[in-house]
Amino acid sequence: MARTSTRLRHAAITVLAWGIALWMFFPILWMFLTGFKSEPDALSTPPHFLFHPTLSSYQDVFARENYWHFATNSVVISVMATLVALLVSIPAAYAMAFLPGPRTRMTLLWMLSTRMLPSVGVLVPIYLLARATGLLDSRTGLIVIYMLTNLPITVWMLYTFFREVPVAILEAGRMDGATRWQEVTQVLMPLALPGIASTGLLSLILCWNETFWSLNLTSSIAAPLTTFIASFSSPEGLFFAKLSAASTLAVAPIMVFGWVSQKQLVRGLTFGAVK
Amino acid sequence: MTAAGMLLAGGAQAGGTLTIATVNNGDMIIMKQLSGEFEKAHPDIHLNWVTLEENVLRQRVTTDIATHAGQFDILTIGNYEVPIWARQGWLAELKPGPDYDVNDIVPSVRAGLSVDSRLYALPFYAESVMTYYRTDLFQKAGLTMPQHPTYDQIRTYADRITDRDSQTYGLCLRGKPGWGENMAYVTSLVNTFGGQWFGEGWKPMLDTPEWKAALQWYVSAMKADGPPGATSNGFNENLALFASGHCGIWVDSTVAGGLLFDPRQSHVADRVGFSAAPTGPYGKGPTWLWSWNLAIPASSRHADDARIFIEWATSRTYVQLVAQHEGWVAVPAGTRVSTYDNPDYQKAAPFATFVHSAIDNADPNGQTKQPRSYGGAQFVGIAPFQAIGTQVGQTVAATLSGQMTVEQALGAAQASVSRTMRQSGYLH
Repeated sequence: MARTSTRLRHAAITVLAWGIALWMFFPILWMFLTGFKSEPDALSTPPHFLFHPTLSSYQDVFARENYWHFATNSVVISVMATLVALLVSIPAAYAMAFLPGPRTRMTLLWMLSTRMLPSVGVLVPIYLLARATGLLDSRTGLIVIYMLTNLPITVWMLYTFFREVPVAILEAGRMDGATRWQEVTQVLMPLALPGIASTGLLSLILCWNETFWSLNLTSSIAAPLTTFIASFSSPEGLFFAKLSAASTLAVAPIMVFGWVSQKQLVRGLTFGAVK
Repeated sequence: MTAAGMLLAGGAQAGGTLTIATVNNGDMIIMKQLSGEFEKAHPDIHLNWVTLEENVLRQRVTTDIATHAGQFDILTIGNYEVPIWARQGWLAELKPGPDYDVNDIVPSVRAGLSVDSRLYALPFYAESVMTYYRTDLFQKAGLTMPQHPTYDQIRTYADRITDRDSQTYGLCLRGKPGWGENMAYVTSLVNTFGGQWFGEGWKPMLDTPEWKAALQWYVSAMKADGPPGATSNGFNENLALFASGHCGIWVDSTVAGGLLFDPRQSHVADRVGFSAAPTGPYGKGPTWLWSWNLAIPASSRHADDARIFIEWATSRTYVQLVAQHEGWVAVPAGTRVSTYDNPDYQKAAPFATFVHSAIDNADPNGQTKQPRSYGGAQFVGIAPFQAIGTQVGQTVAATLSGQMTVEQALGAAQASVSRTMRQSGYLH
C-alpha cells in the first residue's frame, strides 16, 4: 500500500516536472517552429501547429545579413569578457573568503547592489566615456562593459564556492611551503574547479544574452547576435517568421553549449550543498 | 543651426565609409540590396549598414547626436522627427545639387521636411491613409463601397459582412497602444469627428464631446465587428489578418496597398478594393501624412559623401533602378510626382492615382475644426508627444478591452496630458 502510494507520488511529481519543463520550453519551441513558416502563417489566427514548412525565412536571413560576422563577435566578446572576469574575480573572491577585513561583507553587498542599478541610468556617462576612449563599436569596449557588469555575480559566486573549501587544507599547503600563488593555483582552484566552471558558464550565458549595451554601444563592426536579432523587426511589413529564424540562429550556439555543459553547470551550482 | 552648419563644414571629408542607420522596411531592404550600384559608381565611398528596430534606432540616434559621437552619417527618420531635430540643430541642412530634381518631390511631403523654408531631409517613401475592403464579401452582401465613405456607412457595411463563425471580421483597426500605432489612427478618426489634441495655448482638448463621439464609435464598432484581442493588433497584425482573409474592411496606411496586392504576400490579392479614408461629422479630413526620410546628422564627419548617397537613393534614377530589378509595383511610393505620372507604374499599381491624391491632399500641418498651435497630421509635432501619445494610447486600449468606459478614459487622458504638458513647460 505504502509502495503504491510512493509510486503514485513519484508519477505525479514526474508529470508535474514534465509539465513545467514543457511550459518553460514552449516559447523556444514556438520560435523554432515559426522560423519554418511563411510570413502569413506565422501570424495566422488561430495559430497553426501543422503547416507546410519552408526554409525561405532562413534564406532571407542569410541573404540580408552576414550571420557569421555577428556570431564571431558574440563568441569573441563573451569568451574574452568571461575570461577577464574570472581573472579578476578569483583573487578578489580568495581575498574576501580567506582574508576578510572589517568591511568585506559591506563591500560584497555594495558590489551586488550595483547590479540593481538600471542600465539606462548610466547610459549617457558610459556612452561619453566610450566615445572619449574610442571604444564605441569596438569589441574591447563591450568586453570591458560585460566584464564589469558581471563582476559582482562572478565574485559572489566564487566567494560562496571558496567558503566551502576547508581552511585547514590551505593551511596544510602553506605548512608544506606553498607560496600564495601556489596555494591559489595548485590547492584552491583544483578543489573549487566545479564552482569556477559553473561561474564561467553562467557569465558566458549572461554575456551572450546581453542586449542593452550591445544595442547602444555597437553599430556594425562589433555588433553581436543580439543586434542581429533586433535588425529583423519591422514597423511596416510581416517579419515574425524571419525574426524567429534569426532568433533561432542566435540562440542555437549557446543552447547547444548549455546542453553539453549542463552536467558541469549543475554540479558546480550544487557544489557544497550536501555535506 | 549655424553651429550645425559649421560642424558639418568642418567635419566633412571626401571618400571613406558612410554608416547608414536604417529600419527593416521593405523599401529600405531593397535600397540596401541595390546599394552595390552606388558603390560601383562611387568606388571611393563604402557603405556600412546598421539596421535597427524603429524605437531602438530613435534611441541610438538621439544618444549619438546629443553626445556628438558621430557614429552615423545618414539617418532614416520620420517626418515627426525632422522638424523637431532640425530646430535642435541636430540635422544638417540639405542643399541638393543642380542635377537633383527637388521640384519633383510631392509638395506636401517636402513641406513636412522643411523648417523656415530650409530642407533638412529628403523623402525615401511616403504614405497617407485609405480604406481597403474585400470586393468578394461586398458583392456577396450586395454592398457597394462609395469612393468617399462616411464612418456611419463603414459601420453598416461592417455589421453586414461580419461572420464570426467563419472568422470573418467586418472591421479591422489598430488597437495596439503606441503613439505610432493606435494613436496614429485614433488621431485621424478624432480629427474627422471634429476633435483635436490641443487648442490654442496648448490647452489639452481630450475631454470634449468630439473625442467622446469618436471613441464611442471606435469602441462600439470594434466590439461588434472587430477581431478578438484587437488591443494586440497594430499595422502588421492587421496586415496579416487582412492578407489571410479575416478582415472585411481595414482603414490604414496607403503603404499596405503594395503588400495586399502582392500575391506572394496576400491570399486575397485579387479581391482587394480601396476607397478614401472615411469621414466623420466634421466632414473634412482625415489627414495622415508619414514619410521615411534620409537625413544627415550634424555630427557626421562625411557630410559631402552622405549628401551624394542621399541624392542617389531619393532620385528619379533610383526609382527606375528599383523598377528594373524589382518591378514597378515595388518602387518607393508617395515621394515623386514623376512616379505617379509614369504609365508603367499606373499599370502595375492600380491604387497609384488614389494614393497620390491622398498624399497630395494631406496637410502636413493637419486639418482640424478649431485653430491649433501645433503641426503634424496624425501626430503632434512636439517632442513630448511620444510619451503623451503612448500614454493616451494605453488608455484608449483600456476602453477597447473593457477595462474603462470612454468617459473614464478621456478624463484620465485629459489629466495625464495636462500634467505632462505642464512638466514639459508648454502649459502654465
